[in-house]
Amino acid sequence: MSDAVHAHEDHGHHAHPSGIMRWLTTTNHKDIGTLYLWFSLIMLFSAGSMALMIRAELFQPGLQLTQPDFFNQLTTMHGLIMIFGVIMPAFSGFANWQVPLMLGAPDMAFPRMNNWAFWILPVAAILLLSSFVLPGGAVAGGWTMYPPLYIQGGISYDLTILAVHIMGLSSIMGSINIITTILNMRAPGLTLMKMPLFVWTWLITAYLLIATMPVLAGAVTMLLTDRNFGTHFFNAAGGGDPVMFQHIFWFFAHPEVYILILPAFGIVSQVIPTFSRKPLFGYASMVYATASIAILSFIVWAHHMFTVGMPVAAQLFFMLSTMLIAVPTGVKVFNWTATMWKGSLTFETPMLFAIAFVCLFTIGGFSGLVLAIAPVDIQLHDTYYVVAHFHYVLVSGALFSIFAGIYYWLPKWTGHMYDERLGKWHFWLSVIGMNIVFFPMHFLGLAGMPRRIPDYSLQFTEFNQIATVGAFMFGFSQLIFLVVVLKAIRGGVKAPAQVWEGAEGLEWTVPSPAPYHTFVTAPVVK
Amino acid sequence: MKSTWRWTSGTAVGLLTQPALAEYGYNLQQPASQVAHDVFQLHNLIMLVCAGIFVVVFGAMFYALIKHRKSAGHPAAHFHENTTVEIIWTVIPFIILMGMAYPAAKVVIDMKDTSNPDLTIKVTGYQWKWGYDYLNEDISFYSTLATPRAQITGAAPKGENYLLEVDEPVVVPVGKRVRMLITANDVLHAWWVPALGAKQDAIPGFIRDIWFKADAVGTYRGQCVELCGKDHGFMPIVVEVVSQADYEAWVAGKKSAAKRAEADNTREFSVAELVERGQKVYESNCAACHQADGKGLAGSFPAISGSKVATGPIADHIALVLNGRPGTAMAAFAKQLSDADIAAVVTYQRNAWDNKTGDRVQPADIASARGGAKVAAASAAQ
Ligand code: HEM
Ligand SMILES: [Cu+2]
Repeated sequence: MSDAVHAHEDHGHHAHPSGIMRWLTTTNHKDIGTLYLWFSLIMLFSAGSMALMIRAELFQPGLQLTQPDFFNQLTTMHGLIMIFGVIMPAFSGFANWQVPLMLGAPDMAFPRMNNWAFWILPVAAILLLSSFVLPGGAVAGGWTMYPPLYIQGGISYDLTILAVHIMGLSSIMGSINIITTILNMRAPGLTLMKMPLFVWTWLITAYLLIATMPVLAGAVTMLLTDRNFGTHFFNAAGGGDPVMFQHIFWFFAHPEVYILILPAFGIVSQVIPTFSRKPLFGYASMVYATASIAILSFIVWAHHMFTVGMPVAAQLFFMLSTMLIAVPTGVKVFNWTATMWKGSLTFETPMLFAIAFVCLFTIGGFSGLVLAIAPVDIQLHDTYYVVAHFHYVLVSGALFSIFAGIYYWLPKWTGHMYDERLGKWHFWLSVIGMNIVFFPMHFLGLAGMPRRIPDYSLQFTEFNQIATVGAFMFGFSQLIFLVVVLKAIRGGVKAPAQVWEGAEGLEWTVPSPAPYHTFVTAPVVK
Repeated sequence: MKSTWRWTSGTAVGLLTQPALAEYGYNLQQPASQVAHDVFQLHNLIMLVCAGIFVVVFGAMFYALIKHRKSAGHPAAHFHENTTVEIIWTVIPFIILMGMAYPAAKVVIDMKDTSNPDLTIKVTGYQWKWGYDYLNEDISFYSTLATPRAQITGAAPKGENYLLEVDEPVVVPVGKRVRMLITANDVLHAWWVPALGAKQDAIPGFIRDIWFKADAVGTYRGQCVELCGKDHGFMPIVVEVVSQADYEAWVAGKKSAAKRAEADNTREFSVAELVERGQKVYESNCAACHQADGKGLAGSFPAISGSKVATGPIADHIALVLNGRPGTAMAAFAKQLSDADIAAVVTYQRNAWDNKTGDRVQPADIASARGGAKVAAASAAQ
């Protein structure tokens, strides 16, 4: 047992600010983790309501609720916010809460920078959201921001570029903090190959962020100068190349999609062993698989661009390298299955979300494999098949793992057990709703429905109606989640230090709720 | 051997999904060209392999979920690695993948071979219509959405080919290798006809090519599939595949129509003629942004009714229509519209709604403005 229990008294006379100032000025990793998670939840509801508006418009052919311009703004902002405002901040929230706790460290390496990394995010969010009321409305060029379309837009396009810069800055600051913490602040005896898998996945993710965010910053800066200062990076008439933007963008954005999923792998790799009461199968190969996925992610970017027309050799290279990613990803799925095999399984809400993650993420993986086959991708590119594919990966992958992680650690964070009955309701409604939304989209894409369209021809009607019904079911069941979280914060059954029977790791050695200051003297890992 | 296997797997999935459920569209559209056939087969093959893996892996997982429950009294084992197993499940997927990559690579190579076409057509994407130039025939036209606005807003019942119909389809002969050269004029678009297995991004300043050979006479429909702004969802493509004889008749008809249009460019029109013609040109080219009532869309697209340009000097108005406004969605219509059409639409705009200028613009004015515009552009470039 560590000294965590006494830590609080030691610091008793250094009273930290309370009220709003506590949150504005905090340098405490737990406070900052909480801030990130609330920010992410608020953004989930805002981007989620945009998704519901999109789906409401698509319930029937014809234009009913939106005009095409506004529809494009909705899809673009929905995508941008889900990625940069929901998934990434949620994972940062987990990193802030859990990395020091799992390493036996008292805090993050650079607490003041940590505060900054968080507080610039709401600024970016305000820039993005406020652009809805600016002349010309919000950005409508897709989250991919392709020129020349992106050059045409109004002032909100410049604000979005600024927001992207700010969010990138935040991610880089966060990553520096995470890497330094992990490399320097581990408890004595906690070697790299003993670290919990969640910490490993974040270490690798942080490197991905540092490598790719500057690439994105470069790309959007070139857009900015093309828009305002007469450069022609992406304008063929001025000697530039619109396809070059796509290369630069996807060189960032393909690793980015792994940034959105590797921490999810980490969370699930904590949850499944706990509720299987068995150590994670193939720990070392999990680490290597994560690293190989990260490395491969840098050489496959052009599989998002099979339809721009590239030479045969390039198409073959990007097809084969993309298919290769299925190997380490498969290894991970097999390892999770083997972890459950011959375990002693129980099905609390975190485990349910983790199991759903494994099954449904695999469906996303299979459709990814289908898309890796270049000739097939050329048919399916920019159709609803792709929308189905990435939502299986992002909703049942990233988002479900976030739910799994929150249910898993909520007792540790709040000191109270969450309401298991409501948790199960949340789970079942989300899983069923999610499949009703996104499964039919595979058929829509195969049958030829393009994505990013506000209106469609008649043969696509039925599946769109099903998807819309599912979307509302999924969307509204998230209110249950909000209730569960609020209830756990306000009270409930007291959680012991060791919340889950099968859980292992330093975070379970401190009391629940985890005291404001933990591990003032480092615990020793044998 | 291999082809038998591919055929079997393809048919197996095909039987499961295609004919029985065809009307609901659970799989790719019925292929109508060699490439589309190949893609269909590839997709079925991969689906079959994925389905097999899914059943095996999740069969094992669900077995564990049911049998290895704590509540069923199953004790936890403690193994947590097994090098042999881990090597096996790394190597076997690798081999399966290479098995899929081989037929896929063959199709890639075939798709990319655009040599020896019987016919070459250049396709240009515009916001928001398609332009087609038959390079060997000297035929050019634009193809725009034919679905009436009233169907889109719900004021009229929707027709059978709602949003998939155009005023001027592309016409090609059956069984001929058609090469499409694809480019764009303003932003990215993408030309896609699913049943023909033909898709290619249209990139301003660059030309890319694809090919197809249609198996059967018929009408094949597709859409623009690259987000290209407001009317991205309203840019359909219709390919009419006809017999060689019908094709030749179509070509002849197009050529005589072109001659008639040529004659219009040198004629004098009355105001009434210009306004009548101009209204049609306006509706198919301008109304999408500036709206049928000329009021525009606040913030995005300026109004024409009462606008400074449409009531100010005629030369500026003509120059704007010819050259567009760079950096905005206002396209340059110099190449898209004939002198007679531009004269008509400018006259219409200057006389419609609140713009009662009484001005009249003749095709000859446009022809001379074109000369002037060229000089202006040339001096701006220096
Ligand atoms: C309630 C759940 C959700 C629903 C109903 C939903 C629905 C949609 C729809 C209908 C589109 C537009 C597709 C198109 O026309 O191209 C879309 C796009 C997108 N969604 Fe979601 N979505 C949901 C959750 C998420 C989540 C959790 C993410 C996580 C990152 C996400 C990321 C995206 C992205 C990146 C796009 C592409 C935006 C673009 O085209 O630029 N979505 N979503
Ligand atoms: Cu288009």
